[in-house]
Amino acid sequence: MLILILRQLLNFAVSFFVLTVFTFSLAHLFPQGLSFMIDQKTNNDIFSTEQIELVTQTSHVLDSYFQYISQIMTGHFGQSEVRGGSVFEEFFVYFPATLELSFGAILFALGLGLPLGIFAAKNKNRWPDKLIVSTTLVGYSIPIFWWAMLLVLFFSLLLGITPVASRIGFEFDISPVTGFMLIDTLISNQPYAKEAFFSALHHLILPAIVLGTIPLAVITRSTRSSMISVLSEDYIRSAKARGITSTQVIWMHALRNALIPIITTLGLQISVLITGSLLTESIFSWPGAGKWLLEAVYRRDFPVIHGGILAIASFVILTHLLLDILSMMVDPKQRRH
Amino acid sequence: MASQSEFYHHTRIPSTYSRWWRHFYENKLAVIALVVFLSIVLIAIFADFLAPFDPAKSFTDAIHTPPSWYDNGDTQFLLGTDYIGRDMFSRLVFGARLSLSLATAVVLLSASIGITLGVISSLASRWLDMLIMRIMDFVLALPSLLLAVVIVAIIGPGLPNAIYAVAIVLVPHFVLVTRTAIKHEKNKEYVIAMQLDGSTRTRLFFHAILPNILPPVIVQFSLAFSTAILEIAALGFLGLGAQAPNPEWGTILSESHNNIMFAPWTVTLPGLAIFFTLLSINLVGDGLRDAMDIEKK
Repeated sequence: MLILILRQLLNFAVSFFVLTVFTFSLAHLFPQGLSFMIDQKTNNDIFSTEQIELVTQTSHVLDSYFQYISQIMTGHFGQSEVRGGSVFEEFFVYFPATLELSFGAILFALGLGLPLGIFAAKNKNRWPDKLIVSTTLVGYSIPIFWWAMLLVLFFSLLLGITPVASRIGFEFDISPVTGFMLIDTLISNQPYAKEAFFSALHHLILPAIVLGTIPLAVITRSTRSSMISVLSEDYIRSAKARGITSTQVIWMHALRNALIPIITTLGLQISVLITGSLLTESIFSWPGAGKWLLEAVYRRDFPVIHGGILAIASFVILTHLLLDILSMMVDPKQRRH
Repeated sequence: MASQSEFYHHTRIPSTYSRWWRHFYENKLAVIALVVFLSIVLIAIFADFLAPFDPAKSFTDAIHTPPSWYDNGDTQFLLGTDYIGRDMFSRLVFGARLSLSLATAVVLLSASIGITLGVISSLASRWLDMLIMRIMDFVLALPSLLLAVVIVAIIGPGLPNAIYAVAIVLVPHFVLVTRTAIKHEKNKEYVIAMQLDGSTRTRLFFHAILPNILPPVIVQFSLAFSTAILEIAALGFLGLGAQAPNPEWGTILSESHNNIMFAPWTVTLPGLAIFFTLLSINLVGDGLRDAMDIEKK
């Protein structure tokens, strides 16, 4: 087990190395991004092209790569050209909002997807199953930016039951502590903390549904197929033969083993969530990492683009690593190879 | 001779393609989806004849005309007009041409790179194979749209760059599918038999292996096509793909985003176009997978 974890860590190190080479070559091939290296030394706001050329021409590629690595390791991702703040610190201001939204989306997807998948598997090849499977295909094919606009049009503009944008009502003043609005509102000592919490929850619902739609479709499908294969196993038949009720068989016996492939599926959804958060956050004006990065793209703020993709990609790779280790701990069969 | 052919009529072995088609034809939903998809392709091809107006021409006296089935609609503009009075129907029809041709370009580009790399990686030495697979794993781990956005941000927004960006994102899938399929076939007995018969490596590859890896690659084509359409529309929506006067579906959506309250049809219609195209491609892809009997891996 220890060797396996070490091997996973080695894999992670290799991926991280490839990642840094990738972001470094972005910065090196397109020298606008290199400006932050000068910036570290001189602390000037404006960098002349001569300075940039000086750095690109005088130093060897490997030298600047090692310089880059050492700066990343100490948390120096450069400084935003627009705001002048540290990219590393800005990332930790915006990223919790994306995480909160993603958690909401996953919760929605799991909360609805698991029961739907189980229900479909129980009624295999009958009409509820067919209905659910074809609905997941619809959820899979829907462009989420359009889906978001439809939901806003219906629930926010026509019915007026959900807010159109942002994370919390503008009347609340909550100082960020953790960056997670739901937690911050609960631990704040303002007199309106409770109202603020419900306002934050209220603002989370629609974006979380939008972001969770594709994961919902995927999770429903994978729950259904893994449940179907588990339900045909001998030990399920023997559990039924012992007279255990079908509810108990499904929830206590079958679901445990059916969950293992679902964990893997869940891991693959992280990329989907990050991709979706770019679109969802820009529609709902959600102040998260996706919107932050997009705005950097519009303003051609290269240090933020380079630092942002490095940070987000590291996060994705790290989560994959953790999930791989988790699924090895849960499922001994995966430890073999 | 005639009697003999009649005698063997029932046992005639259908070719691979007709067998696939028969299986595919049994799945009625997939057949309907294929018809829908083919009609979208026809609309795209004959856009010049179908569209009543130039998609860029604006009728300044008919701004935000609702679709013709509304009371205050105008039969001249079948699906209404947008915020500067351009005919929605014409724009959507030309949008179909733009979206489909862009997606075709993307898929052809990424498939040619991806399949070549997949073949190299499955047949070359272990080190080269590992190098290619490491890079592909890395690209796969990155969120697709994020990667496309960053590529576009660096090489600059616009259509050709959006095509390159989405094509790069799709390459690893082709590499993986090709490599897995070839590795799977390479050690099968019929290939070894042919090897023992003394056929050259090239002949072995083109005549024995290649026809048998076709099914997963075809399915990958359909998946890549729907992803390409979606990603191009998403880039257009974010203002990084097709630029404003172009009637690209995603771009139309982002232009009309702010008028959602006064002119909901300018938002719902382009979205429906994307949705039905994607749905039909996905259904056809599902049908193809079932017909060619590929286990999902």
